[in-house]
Amino acid sequence: MEKSQLYAAITAIVPEAVTAEGKQFPEVTVTPGNVRSVMGRLKEEPSLSFDILVCLTGMDYGTDLGVVYHLRSYTFNHMVVVKTRIPDRENPAIDSVCSIFPGAEFHEREVYDLLGIKFNDHPDLRRLFLESTWGYPLRKDYKDDVNIVLK
Amino acid sequence: MEVKEKKVGLENEEYIINMGPQHPSTHGVLRLVVALKGEIVQRVEPHIGYIHRGIEKMCENLTYQQIIHLTDRMDYLSAHINNEAVCLAVENALEIEVPERVKYIRTIMSELTRIQSHQLFWATFGMDLGGLTCFFYGLRDREKILDIFEESCGGRMIVSYNTPGGLMNDIHPNFQNRVKEFLKYFRGVIHEYDDLLTGNVIFQERSKGMGVMTLEQAIAWGLTGPTGRASGFSCDIRKHNPYSAYDKVTFREILYTEGDVFHRYLARMEEMRESMNIIDQLIDNIPEGPYTAKMKPVIKLPEGEYFQSVETARGELGVYIVSDGNKNPFRVKFRSPNFVNLAPLNLMASGSKIADLVAIGGSLDLIIPDIDR
Amino acid sequence: MEFSIYDFSSFTAWIDQSLRASMSPGLAVAIEMLIIGVVILIFYAIVGLFLVYAERKVCALMQNRLGPNRVGPGGIFQTIADLVKLLFVELVPIKNADKILFSLAPYIVIIASFMAMGALPFAKGLHAIDLNIGVFYLMAVSSMGVVGVLLAGWASNNKYSLIGAMRSGAQIVSYELSVGMSLVTIVVLAGTMQLSEIVQAQQYGWFIFRGHIPALIAFVIFIVASTAETNRGPFDLAEAESELTAGFHTEYSGIRFAFFFLAEYINMFIVAAIATTVFFGGWMPFNVYGWEGFNKVMNLIPPFIWFLGKTGALIFLIMWFKWTFPRLRIDQLLTLEWKYFLPINIINVLIMALIVLLGWHW
Repeated sequence: MEKSQLYAAITAIVPEAVTAEGKQFPEVTVTPGNVRSVMGRLKEEPSLSFDILVCLTGMDYGTDLGVVYHLRSYTFNHMVVVKTRIPDRENPAIDSVCSIFPGAEFHEREVYDLLGIKFNDHPDLRRLFLESTWGYPLRKDYKDDVNIVLK
Repeated sequence: MEVKEKKVGLENEEYIINMGPQHPSTHGVLRLVVALKGEIVQRVEPHIGYIHRGIEKMCENLTYQQIIHLTDRMDYLSAHINNEAVCLAVENALEIEVPERVKYIRTIMSELTRIQSHQLFWATFGMDLGGLTCFFYGLRDREKILDIFEESCGGRMIVSYNTPGGLMNDIHPNFQNRVKEFLKYFRGVIHEYDDLLTGNVIFQERSKGMGVMTLEQAIAWGLTGPTGRASGFSCDIRKHNPYSAYDKVTFREILYTEGDVFHRYLARMEEMRESMNIIDQLIDNIPEGPYTAKMKPVIKLPEGEYFQSVETARGELGVYIVSDGNKNPFRVKFRSPNFVNLAPLNLMASGSKIADLVAIGGSLDLIIPDIDR
Repeated sequence: MEFSIYDFSSFTAWIDQSLRASMSPGLAVAIEMLIIGVVILIFYAIVGLFLVYAERKVCALMQNRLGPNRVGPGGIFQTIADLVKLLFVELVPIKNADKILFSLAPYIVIIASFMAMGALPFAKGLHAIDLNIGVFYLMAVSSMGVVGVLLAGWASNNKYSLIGAMRSGAQIVSYELSVGMSLVTIVVLAGTMQLSEIVQAQQYGWFIFRGHIPALIAFVIFIVASTAETNRGPFDLAEAESELTAGFHTEYSGIRFAFFFLAEYINMFIVAAIATTVFFGGWMPFNVYGWEGFNKVMNLIPPFIWFLGKTGALIFLIMWFKWTFPRLRIDQLLTLEWKYFLPINIINVLIMALIVLLGWHW
């Protein structure tokens, strides 16, 4: 499928999303509340069938947090990037996609561990690498005078 | 009937053991909390983070040339391929065309890395199953590849041979001869691997039908590498999204449908042979030319996001770089294959014996620093 | 007095007589027991140290290595150096361990192997005690070691140790049957349980040749089952390194660990020695009927050399498959015993009885 066709197909499936062109992969930006339904639709649509969750990245954009999903299709071998931004830094929360992609379980735990984003309906949301008293090191405002020496 | 279910005492109790972080078969500092009922594994819960160094955070304060040296330390058996992932991402972002010579050398090096990684897998997997002799056979042959690395790269395991735009330095004049020598030697001895382990009845009995992942499960959990391909999941990045010189060679993607421990093992054995074929096609045709493209000393990626996947010995390594135009990346994320492959361990191992848990863990070929990063 | 290296009975008789001549019978027996104890102890230590060294060299041979080669010529003093080191290693006290049982366990294991040593006929007239139920005694004594293993696993207060001990219990109790049955096959053929008579009966042909196929089957089962009984690879589930770190002896250190370690090798020696005695004619030389010259040369080799040589060959066989095969799983291990070895063994004994009854053997 050509890139422009892919855009059209994705826009048809997720009309509420903001798509961006001119990037490496087609990009879809959705609100945190919509993530699960959008991902579900992207996976179920037979002409797209994004059934592999390649990568799930937690982001700190400085002002707000975000989660970036890289999806790939086994059948068509094309990729899409789903992005979402969470403006609430104090108590960030987003829907888990574990029910759609079971492999997201560890990814989401990692994001929760390092950025403090909570995933609703996650089967086993605990910290993955660090102990429970640790801060959220991947946030831009994380301070560690001992281990991080800034130039 | 209700009375029957009201079991009291030891009968209903689970026997919890901690495998690791110091345990001979967890290949590093992985900790598995295993709930047992007799010998039967009820639940496995991986506890990771014992070697978490915060590589992603460290990357935010380093330049792109420096990041490469951190990637060596993730999956130390695929060090060269990890380097390549970052280099390709940076080169794509800067839209640099690297010389053909670099592409060829990178591909050959990657395949050598893959072979030595699988040799170590074979060695340690044999040891996990109690066949201690395998370890020495595997390391004996791996040493020859490490010598080749040492000659050209200076390093043996942690090579850091790639830089954005090319290579650190040109290959050693001896390189081609030694690689050809190695291929000739290894083709002669690889049958020993099969003689010692593959054909063994005890080994086959222990590995067949263990820890089965179906194709649907493999896709849902995103298993990649030989682990995924043993389930029939065609996920070879080299084939589907070729990088470097993989579009110039013909090779077979090793696919099985059974998805058990034995076929994960077989997939790796076959991949070693396939890697040798790839090197065969390239080693005599390395074009002349510079070993690096012209690069500025300070690399600043244009603002944007870049994702690059490569096929390491264990699966798909994804590098996701978000740049804000500075010399340091804004955010780097490594999608490490082991991290994803570890996740369904509970699914694979529950219901099997302790010995099977060790075999299943071994067949995933876990490298713990790659999981923790 | 005339002594011969081909027959030690006159030598032992002379010691007995000269002791009895100068002191009361009770004292003479006590001194004889002391001498035997010291001799066996020295032999035990030498065999143990040599076998550890041999195992290292054999496994190095299998693994394309050199093995120990620094301490002494060819590294022969390596095991002695290791023993000295082990003597000086701290005996780490284990929190919440059952102190008495914990320290008792290694002694039980080592005593069991020590007792078996006494009944082995090393050469003609060279055995401490020649019981008329020798085979029975060896089986009984050699299976006592499992008590020590179980105690070690239980008293260590370690979960891995306990799993290892339970595995070991299941394994040894099962394989004891096969060992017994395969020996019974030969007892049926020999018509006696006395070890010296069993050896004497093989004067004109070792039982492995005389007993046709049933003896061969019995031998194969014996060597596999006894490997399992001594907890050696590929049946080393009780101390499966990659699963249970070190199994029942995880918590042991220093000389207590050395006891377990030594007992393993001595047990290996004992099972090989039993197999030699029962299947390969003990100290009898290898003779072929009709080849007079060949037989004369064979007869020149002293009996204890024959015995140790045959035992060494069997030990090499046991080491060979330890370093070649991967480990079995517990259910496969038990399946092998209860579904294959036991039925085969029972039928084997019946066939052997039939052969003996009809006089079909040589």
